[in-house]
Amino acid sequence: MKKQYVLKKVLQSLVTIFFVIVFNYFLFRIMPGNPLAMIMRNPRASAEAIERTKELFGLGRPWYMQFFIYLGNLLEGDLGLSFIHKRPVIEVIWSRIMPTIIMVGLAQILSIVVGILMGVISAWKRGTKIDVIALSFSLVTYSVPTFWLGIILISVFSIGLRLFPTSGMLTPGRTFYDTVSMLKDYASHLFLPVLTLSLVLIGEYALTMRNTLLDVLTEDYMTTAKAKGFDDNYIIKKHAVPNAMLPMITLIAINMGLIIGGTIQVETIFSWPGLGRLMYEALNGRDYPLLQGIFLLITISVILANLIADITYSYLDPRVKS
Amino acid sequence: MELLRINNLKTYFNISSGTVKAVDDVSLTLDYGESLGLVGESGCGKTTTALSITQLLPSEGSIVSGEILLEGKNIVNLSDTEIKKVRWKEVSMIFQGAMNALNPVMRIGDQIAEAIILHEKLSYKDAIKRVEELFQLVELEPKRISNYPHEFSGGMKQRAMIAMALACNPKLIIGDEPTTALDVMVQAQILNLLDKLRKELNMGIILITHDLSILGETCDKIAVMYAGKIVETGYVEDIYNNNKHPYTYKLLSSFPNIHKERVMPDAIEGIPPDLINPPSGCRFHPRCPYAKDICGKEEPRMELANEGHYYACHFGGVYNEK
Amino acid sequence: MSTIKKEMRKRKIDGFLNSYKTNKMGLIGGGILAFFIIISLFGPLIFPFDPMEFGQASDVLQPPSFNHILGTDDLGRDVFRNLLAGGRVSLMVGILATIISMLLGTTIGLMSGFLGNKTDMILMRITDFFLVLPWLPLVLVLAAILGTSIWNIILVIGLTSWAGTARVVRSQTLSLKERPFIERIRAIGADDKTIIIRHILPNVFPLVFANTILVSAVAILSETTLSFLGLGDTTRASWGMMLHYAFQSGAASSGAFWYFLPPGICVVLVVLSFTFLGYAFDEILNPKLRRR
Repeated sequence: MKKQYVLKKVLQSLVTIFFVIVFNYFLFRIMPGNPLAMIMRNPRASAEAIERTKELFGLGRPWYMQFFIYLGNLLEGDLGLSFIHKRPVIEVIWSRIMPTIIMVGLAQILSIVVGILMGVISAWKRGTKIDVIALSFSLVTYSVPTFWLGIILISVFSIGLRLFPTSGMLTPGRTFYDTVSMLKDYASHLFLPVLTLSLVLIGEYALTMRNTLLDVLTEDYMTTAKAKGFDDNYIIKKHAVPNAMLPMITLIAINMGLIIGGTIQVETIFSWPGLGRLMYEALNGRDYPLLQGIFLLITISVILANLIADITYSYLDPRVKS
Repeated sequence: MELLRINNLKTYFNISSGTVKAVDDVSLTLDYGESLGLVGESGCGKTTTALSITQLLPSEGSIVSGEILLEGKNIVNLSDTEIKKVRWKEVSMIFQGAMNALNPVMRIGDQIAEAIILHEKLSYKDAIKRVEELFQLVELEPKRISNYPHEFSGGMKQRAMIAMALACNPKLIIGDEPTTALDVMVQAQILNLLDKLRKELNMGIILITHDLSILGETCDKIAVMYAGKIVETGYVEDIYNNNKHPYTYKLLSSFPNIHKERVMPDAIEGIPPDLINPPSGCRFHPRCPYAKDICGKEEPRMELANEGHYYACHFGGVYNEK
Repeated sequence: MSTIKKEMRKRKIDGFLNSYKTNKMGLIGGGILAFFIIISLFGPLIFPFDPMEFGQASDVLQPPSFNHILGTDDLGRDVFRNLLAGGRVSLMVGILATIISMLLGTTIGLMSGFLGNKTDMILMRITDFFLVLPWLPLVLVLAAILGTSIWNIILVIGLTSWAGTARVVRSQTLSLKERPFIERIRAIGADDKTIIIRHILPNVFPLVFANTILVSAVAILSETTLSFLGLGDTTRASWGMMLHYAFQSGAASSGAFWYFLPPGICVVLVVLSFTFLGYAFDEILNPKLRRR
């Protein structure tokens, strides 16, 4: 029965991915302002790029043929040539993916752990000072534009206190004689971007955890657990949190979109050479093939993240059957 | 032998709009192997009375005064750690298992075993063995201990709840509406099972319900509560056939009796009183068809009708005259 | 019949207002928001601002002084005046985008829930699709393609933020549709249009209202982010554009805090006020939350 459920979810995701591809195609081909025409007119596009683009889009053939050519190219991993980088889009994306994974991964782990802990404490100590402080923190970080928070952190920690570098991934021009000193330099560059992204996410996770847990705490089985003679710690850990964690899994997946939004801002502010920064560059250089490629990749990752969350959920919640 | 004695218990709730006198001067006694039915309309304080025994009150509620003697020992002033040892080991509870009293994401066997491990200090393996025995005792298939609550029917969940209540051989079991939301056949089965186990294991049982009709066969004694006070208490025979309080009389006649002529059941006029500002004198007087001047001015004392049968009314049994 | 209904509605509104009056978060949020609406309505009338009028070289990036209470920016313009004008633009974008989003979300939710069947299936797949799409990249891509006028920004934000509302409205409509009173109304011969407009819409309205507030917060945040990332309307002096210029001119590294702090603080306060209001209304309108 679980297998059927998983299969259904996989199929649904595939359909959504197909939709995304179609959407993506039309977005960049049919929209007013016709990006394709702009590509052809773009003075920065080389003759080679124009030739490549013509071939890539199958210009001059019927629209459905053009679509199939697009699909075929996509399956081969051919996303066209980047205007700015004058290299295949897929290569450019590939070269920028690791920094993002490291930064986002660290920020996610940090904010999930801290956010959930904060939410649990907040719910358990509801109405106390700790709860009010945690709640205010969450609501404020939720309302702060991510990039602005980054600017504040830069001006305090980098420019004011001179604790961390303002931008980049490694200090330019510096030669490293061993791995440890290089990792140290890397970490000091990583610190502020991860902190910025985490601060924004912690509030979101804490808030949701708090609300779900408050819901769970009113359930009858909480009274049962208390009547059995267990102490609060045990009840929270064994009965309340496992029930509250289920919605959290879904939230973490849905949040992928939000995290990507935050990543674009953070990478832009800190010049972190990842996908977010790349998107910003593609945007300002109106590098449509690159923009389209990144957008497609991001969307598909979000859909896959949701799929993984659905499957995990079905294994954690015994009530999900088919 | 006296198992439980409650003397002048007062449990109040402090909420924003005032102090709710949910239980106001309640006294009752229960012997080993005896079963007491606690009846009354919703919100009359019967559940609060039960929750007061093992101090399971929500945070707004507290025991203001009175004694609760379990085997002669006052358990009202026990410390947090001490009362936790009383819970389930000495006094266990049967909640509405059909509703949400079982944790949906934990195997039923584990939910029972955890209580055994806590109080009896058994290993997990031995605890599970005991759960299997308990399942047999409540006529459930032992192999179903690894099921989750959603895989059980309402009646099965209620049996599992009973198995859970029996897990640590308690001296007293409190059943809070244990058969509500079950169909009549299942209701009878559950009540018979409880009755049988009580006699076999010589436990005291307090059954809380708003349905007087199910108590006749399963209870030795009945206490009728109205607006936070016990208005009449006695053996089943006395309450059914020789009741003295107009509220008891009204409550009984508000249930259709299949043994008598078919008549429309009598509804009790009016609504239960506000427990923040309860009526003066006899709390039932605003709704009592037999009320006279004195009823609104003077609170009636408990009068003895015959051995073990008490009532609180200025005009006991007035409705039988004329 | 209609007087009873009016009376009931009046009682509901009174009840709502009474709960609101005792809700601290709601009052704080409402207060802050009212303050910002008033200053952005009247502020620019008293302290007019022209984004195209640059100051002298000696006016560039001056710290706060008597003449310029919040100092000047890298083009010698008065930050305080810019802030007042920016509030107008940011609030307008927020409100207009929210209106588009609400109209779309409510209509789609109502249709999906009320008509059911195939319509529901198709509309909900589209909704899920929009829910799943990563939002900022989508907005960025759309804005990049459509071009950067303020109307496009409003449109893009409105077109991409309706899915949550549609979901909420749909589920409320579904549960309303099953209520006996709708069946009775249908039995006396009311047509779908009447039922939707006169009976379902008033009942989903409180939900839409609470959602509106949260979408407004998101809309203002997104205008700020879009402008900051270089997709803003360069002819309008919104808070987001101020932050964009501040960052571009290196205000943070040169320590010109009077330049990059005020617009950010304003955005935070306005978004926070919406968040507080949304939180408060959720508490008042959602009985399950109220119980806690």
